[in-house]
Amino acid sequence: MRTGFKISFSWFSVMNTTVFAIFTLACIFPFYYLFINTISNNDLSDKGLIMFVPQGIHFTNYEQVLKIPGLLTSIAVSVSRTVLGTLVTVAASAFLGYLFTKNAMWGRKFWYRFLVVTMYFNAGLIPWYLVMLHLGMTNNFLAYILPQAVSPFFIILVKTFVESTPAALQESAEMDGAGYLVIFYRIVVPLVKPILATITIFSAVTQWNMFTDTLFLITDSKLFTLQFILYRYMNEATSLAALMKSMQGSSGMNIANMVNPTTIRTTVSMFVVAPIVLVYPFFQRYFVKGILIGSVKG
Amino acid sequence: MQSTVGIESGNISLGKRKRLAVKGRFTLFLMALPFLVLVLLFSYFPLYGWIYAFYDYRPGIPLAQSNFMGLYWFKGMIASEVQRQEVLRVLRNTAAMSGLSIATSVLPVIFAIFLSEIGKGWFKKTVQIFTTLPNFISWVLVYSFAFMLFSVDNGFVNHLLMSLGFIDRSLHLLATDDHTWLAMTLWNIWKTLGWSAIMYIAAISGIDQELYEAAKVDGAGRFKQMWHVTVPGLMPTYFVLLLLTIANFINNGFEQYYVFQNAINSNHIEVLDLYVYNIGVQNSNFFVCNRHQYVEILNKCRPALCR
Repeated sequence: MRTGFKISFSWFSVMNTTVFAIFTLACIFPFYYLFINTISNNDLSDKGLIMFVPQGIHFTNYEQVLKIPGLLTSIAVSVSRTVLGTLVTVAASAFLGYLFTKNAMWGRKFWYRFLVVTMYFNAGLIPWYLVMLHLGMTNNFLAYILPQAVSPFFIILVKTFVESTPAALQESAEMDGAGYLVIFYRIVVPLVKPILATITIFSAVTQWNMFTDTLFLITDSKLFTLQFILYRYMNEATSLAALMKSMQGSSGMNIANMVNPTTIRTTVSMFVVAPIVLVYPFFQRYFVKGILIGSVKG
Repeated sequence: MQSTVGIESGNISLGKRKRLAVKGRFTLFLMALPFLVLVLLFSYFPLYGWIYAFYDYRPGIPLAQSNFMGLYWFKGMIASEVQRQEVLRVLRNTAAMSGLSIATSVLPVIFAIFLSEIGKGWFKKTVQIFTTLPNFISWVLVYSFAFMLFSVDNGFVNHLLMSLGFIDRSLHLLATDDHTWLAMTLWNIWKTLGWSAIMYIAAISGIDQELYEAAKVDGAGRFKQMWHVTVPGLMPTYFVLLLLTIANFINNGFEQYYVFQNAINSNHIEVLDLYVYNIGVQNSNFFVCNRHQYVEILNKCRPALCR
């Protein structure tokens, strides 16, 4: 940034670069370590002997682990809650964000505060649980979607973005007799696409990563999410491995590549992390932009 | 009152326009209503639950038929030595974790300042991309990483240290209560540092370059420029984020502590939320009356402590 500095400061740059390099490695290494352990010889990885380079590379773990009863269902639940939940959240945030730019709305200021205040408090676990119970949200797929639908933070983002677009566009549509819904769909949505992209990403990541709602509300194994299954496997992998071994025994698999607790943990972790790592390079520049918009607007 | 009548009788077209505007007002409100109802249900309704703390509530019996107890449960909590100790322990944990996160909230600022010193280039971009990644994974996955890296018999760290000859026996790095607060803080830093820094990096790019030029002309070196130009430029952002951290002092995250808790570290890891969950939900005597009220009281205390 500020070039032309004296060479005497180069020790500073070296130190600086080194520290950042180390921290970056610390951030990325677990991902790499996880990956090489899933594709290496299972006996070696179980003993923790795979440290920096994969050995005895094979990809059968992924097939094997998918055979664990309930895992495919949980992937389906996680994917559908992510897709549906994100759609609902983004649609609701966009629409409400747009509505709150309308000064004409009855009690707009009050309702806006009514909404934003919820960012700063919550009633606590037990009262919340009781309400969810009364609303029939336990063992209900809707519990993954409805409580997330209205998100004050996203609505603020959309509202500020809509306010920064020229008002004349909406006004001219109004002259032509377009109602609020038409204006929203035809004029506002195309204009605010960049912020909607950011919201989509944040919301999808939140949905994919959400773990506590399953923990509190769901006891029906058909509705377990992948995150929840992973947490269970962290604690129950040993018994599962025994089950897998008995299943494998009949099919005459290579003994060294039998599934064991470590393999189950690492492979399921891969299923959890893969979608994030795969889409990350594409969404990275969007959320940096989103943050910039957010921070400039304060 | 009178003025309204005056306008309506005096100017018909204005009244008509007003009526149309009123119609628009309510149309807009009605469109927002379904979403506001959701907010009411999921964010405001639970507040009503605090009232249970003042009743002798038993499951199956409507609240109207339950006995009003006043502050009975609160008094009981303070009077009982055991309960008092428990609550104090949990509050101490909560305060320690929140205190540590407030203390470490300057790290992202430092991170951003020093990263911007590197200039623009592939290295800076790489650092930014990879240090942000942990922010997007769940705590469950972080725990899975912790398990892989630090477990006793097949963890990476124990193997590395042993093969380098630093230790003879595997260290219990996860099932230990020695450094729970520190470990939790470090995990939190690992997960969020890069992400929080992005906000400050954005703020730094907004600082006027002329300020640096002026400082240079005045003879400020690299560190003086950082201290007198960059740091003051970041302070507004810092205080906004710090305020958010302080607002969440009591409510400092459940998931992290839940996944990392085990029989050994529970003494130091149980923050208020986790404690409420452990005694209220997990012991599956959620509806055993005294417990229930006790949990309610804890829930009730929380916002009071927030203020």
